[in-house]
Amino acid sequence: MTAVSNPRTLDGVIDTATPRELPECQSWLNPLRDAGRDAFNGLGWPDRRNESWRFTNLDALKAINFVSAVDDAELGDEVAPGFAIPGLDDVTLVFVNGRFRKDLSDDVAALGKGVTCCTLRKAACEHRDLLEPFIGELTKDTDDVFTALSNASIEDGVFVHVRRAQHAAKPIHILSIGTETDEPIATHPRNVVVAEEGASVTVLEHYVTTSDDAVYLNNAVTEVFADEQAVVHHYLLEKESESAFNVSSLFAHLGENADVHSHTVLLGGKLVRNNVIPTLAGTKSHCLINGLYVGHGEQHLDNAMRVNHAAPDCQSRQFYKGILNGKSRGVFTGRIIVDQVAQLTDAVQSNRNMLLSDDARVNARPQLEIYADDVKCTHGCTTGAVDPENVFYFMSRGLSEDVARAMLIYAFAAEGFERMDLVPVRQLLAAEMIAKLPKAQGLSIEV
Amino acid sequence: MTTPLLEIKNLHVRLEDQPAVEILHGVDLTIMPGEVHSIMGPNGSGKSTLAQVLAGKEDYEITEGSIEFRGEDIAELGPDERANAGLFLAFQYPVEIPGVSAMQFLKAAVNAKREFEGKDELDAAALLKHFRAKAEQINVPYDMLKRNVNEGFSGGEKKRFEIFQMAVLGSVLGVLDETDSGLDIDALRIVSDGVNSMRGDERGFLLITHYQRLLEYIVPDHVHILVGGKIAKSGGKEVAAELEQTGYAPFGVNEAVGAGA
Repeated sequence: MTAVSNPRTLDGVIDTATPRELPECQSWLNPLRDAGRDAFNGLGWPDRRNESWRFTNLDALKAINFVSAVDDAELGDEVAPGFAIPGLDDVTLVFVNGRFRKDLSDDVAALGKGVTCCTLRKAACEHRDLLEPFIGELTKDTDDVFTALSNASIEDGVFVHVRRAQHAAKPIHILSIGTETDEPIATHPRNVVVAEEGASVTVLEHYVTTSDDAVYLNNAVTEVFADEQAVVHHYLLEKESESAFNVSSLFAHLGENADVHSHTVLLGGKLVRNNVIPTLAGTKSHCLINGLYVGHGEQHLDNAMRVNHAAPDCQSRQFYKGILNGKSRGVFTGRIIVDQVAQLTDAVQSNRNMLLSDDARVNARPQLEIYADDVKCTHGCTTGAVDPENVFYFMSRGLSEDVARAMLIYAFAAEGFERMDLVPVRQLLAAEMIAKLPKAQGLSIEV
Repeated sequence: MTTPLLEIKNLHVRLEDQPAVEILHGVDLTIMPGEVHSIMGPNGSGKSTLAQVLAGKEDYEITEGSIEFRGEDIAELGPDERANAGLFLAFQYPVEIPGVSAMQFLKAAVNAKREFEGKDELDAAALLKHFRAKAEQINVPYDMLKRNVNEGFSGGEKKRFEIFQMAVLGSVLGVLDETDSGLDIDALRIVSDGVNSMRGDERGFLLITHYQRLLEYIVPDHVHILVGGKIAKSGGKEVAAELEQTGYAPFGVNEAVGAGA
């Protein structure tokens, strides 16, 4: 297997692995890759003194020798369909270990007219005119080492472009399947989603694993451009092996009156870092940032928001909830930056956590940087256990303690599901979340 | 001989985390099927503690005496087992649970009881039919079931929903803890009508209240006055009327019984 000859550290991966087999028509991306490599080398791996990584230790990640995927993985016929979202009429694009699998993917023609949707690899060669103005625009000046690594390693992913006033007919479901491999693989998918004026599209990034023991790194970056009046809904559904590392970064640029929704549900992973970084650049734009992280065992789920209000009269809403059991740890950093020009900003941030065990922990911190004087910024943070008064109420109606507790934990999370427009996604997530709760077998919930 | 619905003998109760604080000092009470009893008492007399102890709240410890429900000692049973056996506590302050619809909650509760009784779960159609019938009986809008449990309910709606739950579960003993508190006359009348519609030979009620007002709408067979953790006086409904005149003063407590808070 060729992987054996590959370099054996992440640094090595970026040095040689990526550009080697790329076609010439992609070479216009090399300056972005080169700048990414320089930035990566300049930044180095963050340690605890780096404020942005204060609560997340990367030693376990750094200790692994990752390689890049070279061959297509063998996958049984039933595997990819098994990860479909029941009841969701979507266009699914399947990646296995970061490599696109046309044989497992749907025909994108179903998205309707005005929609270009293909792999990034293809877009770089065939739709350079559409891609070039956007790719890297939101990431090239990054101060984050994983984003720099992504810039350096741009190779494939999904490109979505929706023309003015057009609406993608179906949600685009990017299904990334990780498998157990001889050597741990690092992938750096880059997705670029462009919605022109008045256009709309829904994109789901869905990360799953075929084996509970699979060790790999997914370092995904998605850049969303929502022009004037455009509507983009983005979902990140993370349910990977609890040995896997996932760093997912969503960057969004909002034009005037644009509306972007970011829904994130972290259920899997050993160490997950979820960055959500919208810039409200057009007046009266609106951004919903909705998330849920459910940890148990030794999981570490880190959520870092950076909401930049860069235009007047915009609204951002952050609602993140954590449910932590076992020895798991959650981190929520909610940074809101209100530029001097961003008068009449209306920003809300709420982070609530439920700890189900004595050893579960959460670190939550709001970070407000406000340079305008006429703004409304509210933030709130709570951490607690399941309220015993509520348990008593449910038990006094005949529910067992286990079912009462599970129902109340579910209820805590449900508010987040209710913000999602895609009902089949809610139903799947609710079922997966309940399956993860302790002693919830007796509970059935219709969403 | 008929078995009492509820038979409390010499009940002594203290706080679990403050064992020095004994709240009930030997309460005796027997409720036969079909009877409505009222326990009246001033603030701090132990009325609500008695209600919570009957429902199985863990914060209290029974140090002496016994509670038998339909002939079975329930002191060691959990709140869920007591509920499934037919005991219902209508809360003074029902908790709001965003995220669970009243429908989900009651489906789970009804099926928990059926499981306890060794019966099959009711299917969705049968449950809805049952809910509709009870909603009509208790005079609650059926749409209440689509809302989250108690979330945003007015005081009156919460109390009506409590009574509705009891009707849905078919409990045989309803312990109503200050169900009248916070209700205006119209709401009190609707709640009372709901309770009265459930009165029958098999079912009993224990009305816990500070004020006699409730007893004008739900007329009790027996009235007990609880003061300082003991029953100070028992009698028929005339006891409430006397209390109306005298207040709790004859029991050494300077509190009114009349108009309400």
